[in-house]
Amino acid sequence: MKRASPTRQRLAALGLLGAPLLTYPLLSLPAGSLWGIPASYLYLFGVWAGLIFLAAWVAERRGT
Amino acid sequence: MVLSGWLIALLSAAYLAVLFAVARFGDARADAGKSIISANVYALSLAVYCTSWTFYGSVGRATSGGLSFLTIYLGPTLMLLFVGVIVKMIRISKAQRITSIADFIASRYGKSQLLAGMVTVIAVIGVVPYIALQLKAMAASVDVLLNHSGSKGEWLGLDSTFLIAVILALFSILFGTRHLDATERHEGMVAAVAFESVVKLIAFMAVGIFVTYGLFGGLGDLFQRAVTEADLGRLLELESGRAGTWTSLILLSGLAIVFLPRQFQIIVVENVDESHVKRAVWLFPLYLLLINIFVLPLALGGLLHFGGEGVNPDTFVLTLPLAHGAEALALLAFIGGLSAATGMVIVETIALSTMVCNDLVMPLLLRSAWLRAQHRQDLSGLLIGIRRVAIAMIVLLGYVYFRAAGEAYALVGIGLISFAAVAQFAPAMFGGMYWKQATRAGAVAGLSAGFLVWLYTLLLPSFAKSGWISSGFVEQGLFGLPWLKAQALFGLSGLDEISHCLWWSMLANLGAYIAVSLNSRPDAVEASQAERFVDVFRFDRHKAETRLWRGKASLDALVSLLERFLGTARARQQLAAYAQGKGLADWRKLPADAEFVHFAEAELAGAIGSASARVMVASVAQEEDLGLEEVLDILDEATQIRAYSRELEAKRQELEAATSELREANERLREVDRMKDDFISTVTHELRTPLTSIRALSEMLHEDPRIELASRTRFLGIIVSEAERLTRLINQILDMAKLESGRAEWTSGAVDLGEVARETMDSLGQLFRDKGVALSSDIPARGPVVQADHDRLTQVLINLLSNAVKFVPGGSGKVHVRVGIDGGSVRVEVADNGPGLTAEECGVIFEKFRQGGNTLTDKPKGTGLGLPISRQIIEYFGGKLWVESRPGEGANFIFTVPLPASEE
Amino acid sequence: MTKKILIVDDEPNIVISLEFLMKKEGFDVAVASDGEEALAKVASFEPDLVLLDVMMPKKSGFEVCEALRADPARAGLLVVMLTAKGRETEVAKGLAIGADAYVTKPFSTKDLVTRVKGMLGV
Repeated sequence: MKRASPTRQRLAALGLLGAPLLTYPLLSLPAGSLWGIPASYLYLFGVWAGLIFLAAWVAERRGT
Repeated sequence: MVLSGWLIALLSAAYLAVLFAVARFGDARADAGKSIISANVYALSLAVYCTSWTFYGSVGRATSGGLSFLTIYLGPTLMLLFVGVIVKMIRISKAQRITSIADFIASRYGKSQLLAGMVTVIAVIGVVPYIALQLKAMAASVDVLLNHSGSKGEWLGLDSTFLIAVILALFSILFGTRHLDATERHEGMVAAVAFESVVKLIAFMAVGIFVTYGLFGGLGDLFQRAVTEADLGRLLELESGRAGTWTSLILLSGLAIVFLPRQFQIIVVENVDESHVKRAVWLFPLYLLLINIFVLPLALGGLLHFGGEGVNPDTFVLTLPLAHGAEALALLAFIGGLSAATGMVIVETIALSTMVCNDLVMPLLLRSAWLRAQHRQDLSGLLIGIRRVAIAMIVLLGYVYFRAAGEAYALVGIGLISFAAVAQFAPAMFGGMYWKQATRAGAVAGLSAGFLVWLYTLLLPSFAKSGWISSGFVEQGLFGLPWLKAQALFGLSGLDEISHCLWWSMLANLGAYIAVSLNSRPDAVEASQAERFVDVFRFDRHKAETRLWRGKASLDALVSLLERFLGTARARQQLAAYAQGKGLADWRKLPADAEFVHFAEAELAGAIGSASARVMVASVAQEEDLGLEEVLDILDEATQIRAYSRELEAKRQELEAATSELREANERLREVDRMKDDFISTVTHELRTPLTSIRALSEMLHEDPRIELASRTRFLGIIVSEAERLTRLINQILDMAKLESGRAEWTSGAVDLGEVARETMDSLGQLFRDKGVALSSDIPARGPVVQADHDRLTQVLINLLSNAVKFVPGGSGKVHVRVGIDGGSVRVEVADNGPGLTAEECGVIFEKFRQGGNTLTDKPKGTGLGLPISRQIIEYFGGKLWVESRPGEGANFIFTVPLPASEE
Repeated sequence: MTKKILIVDDEPNIVISLEFLMKKEGFDVAVASDGEEALAKVASFEPDLVLLDVMMPKKSGFEVCEALRADPARAGLLVVMLTAKGRETEVAKGLAIGADAYVTKPFSTKDLVTRVKGMLGV
């Protein structure tokens, strides 16, 4: 039987990690602002960018 | 610069021409076998997801909903991370020559024409609002530009939206149905979409940067002013009150990214290489992130700038640059918006028209007498014609919806209605891919239930809102029943209308799908398709495909079928390729066997969808119906074959393990062999040494009878003692060999160890006295008694005592024997005041032929086997033998023998 | 001039028999019972030939032979290795480090005498 590839499993794990990070109740946490930019804006784009970066890292690694 | 109508029209035409050229280029390269669809192009083409909704609508949405517009892009980001699901969809589609999402669902549930038609109807009705959205946005953008220059958006009394609809429809027809071959893939289109994706991203970011850094002092400044000057702070907060909507929208958009007909087309049908998905999984989300960075700044900028002037927030992308005289930038933004809208309309209408043609029109045509009359005629032209009409009709429907309901909604509101419609495909799709028990009846029930709920709670209310139909069923409930209020079913209120529809429709859809599936039985075709879909990674296609079809077919009939639907040229090309794969130079010599029938059906499916292809093949071949039982048998067999191969795999692994064990055992044996070799070499040495003296001396005595008597006597004495040594050695070697091999004979009885020690001391007393060594003891009068072999224990004690006397100095030597009880064992010690042993020697003296005192000049007389034999004996009785010593402090040899359990 | 032979072995009985044998043949004999003593005796006794046992305490016959061969002043010294280990690798090793002959125990007294005499040119 063919096993799911480790890359796919890692990416799916990222998806499962991202879901709670990008929904409530965690989303109601960021408050205030940094350098004049609202924390909510920074949090959402930050987590999003982080996920993208990790996905790129996992997907583009050699030999997988 | 004057933004006249003509300039706008010219620029638009030029841009569309560029798109056209890109597509031509892509197609030409594909035809030449040099595809330009790389992983990057694939990832960019996914951005057809970003339509006017994203380009104009998100800003509008952000002016009222703050950051919630982002959910539409977070859902796809998360969904794509489940690469396994996407790849499985692609793998199935390639194996089954799937042409659309309708085809996918129909094919899974037994190539059902009914399901194909249903999915097509739902998709068309569901997506029509989405097309209306594009028309509305385009119209609004043209109006903004024309108003700015004072022109009028009418021509021959027709409104601009209608004109735009006509132009988009014509362009889509030109674009999507240029070819006469009706295959499922369009590489040129993918290339053009990737290109337009780049254009709209650049355009949007240019406007974003202009507004953020040109009109305001950067992000920080913009946000600060929004909070302080205009009290827009609430847009920047993530209130937990929106949690429900937030989650629904993420879920909805996650489903839409694969189930919107155009997204399915791009992600699944147009995919040329599964590995491209791995690029898309991050590059596409990165695109989404970039295009969204400036949405909120633009929304805030627009609100700050226009205040209460009543400018439509959906047009801020254009009005903000225009208000500051940046007309060129506004034109770029307009091109970006045009790009977003045309990209969407082209791909969406191509996908939908394929579905309409294959799954609605073809089934009707195939039944009509007219088609039968046209026997032997090439029908590929007819297929293209049908698609062109379908494109025109779909765009027209979009225009009708825009007229009927478009005014009441902002852009995003319209788009979400479509999202909720295509979400209805989710249970049938996912279930079809992972649940074999799912049946056609279940899929039909689920889709119908979900679609009806969507119709009642979302689509019809959208008409009611614009006053096109009576709104009674929304406000008072159908027939005046309050629990039937369209947007508060069963009194469920407090949700936004999208979440309300999503949860009710999903409940109905999933519930009906699962319940009916569990209570119905699949037919033969369904069962085999279920197997092919769910087990796509394992299905032994070749084997089962040929077994699953039985009947008679003629090559001619099948070939003419292919020629009719694919066109003669393409059909012959495919036939030649297939024949070549079989090792035949001429396809006319192909046998019309099950495999060929399967090939023909797959080729047809690529052109007219699986359901129609099934019907067409059945019409020219005399097929035997395989009963459900028979199909299940064949599939079971395939499963068994899989089981066998799994078993084989397990056996192979076992074998490998056994082999490596063998290798290890072999290694150990070799080691043992080497040790034996060393042992034999050592034994040989030990035997040869006394023999040397014996031989030399006896030869001399033999040859020279005149040797004087004293020497003669001395030599004979040596010969006798060396012969004794030899005998002792041989006995001990044999003893050792017996002990090691476990063949030694043991007697067992109650042995009083104190008694044994006394006896041994008595028998060796003379030896000690001869050397002047003091022998003392500390032994209890009776016992302790152990279960053991009396003679063997005596042997051990003799060995220890004679070793001791050998090493202590004559005259001043002292040896002390102690017998006592230590825990559950008897402990016997033989201590001497000899030279002692180093830590290293304490270990090695128990090895065979390692005699103590190697460092002494006078070599002790011993065989080097006494201690190893003693240790073997003691260990046989469950005890231990060791030595405690330090150089210069004497040695203490200790052994223990466990007491019988009862005496503990 | 009487040839001098040094007998080196840690087995006293072997030393006794060899000493008797060689003296009977008219050689001047000295004995040593380990490697270190052997080197000392070579220096003091200055033998023409050494009968050298391999397996000995303190310094093995091989080591003694190597030490002797490393000294250019003793280039003419003949070395006959005696060993109870008859394996070919041992023979090869002995010859490789410069022994002039290799005799396996137990040996024929007649053969040994003939060999020693032949080597000394007596």
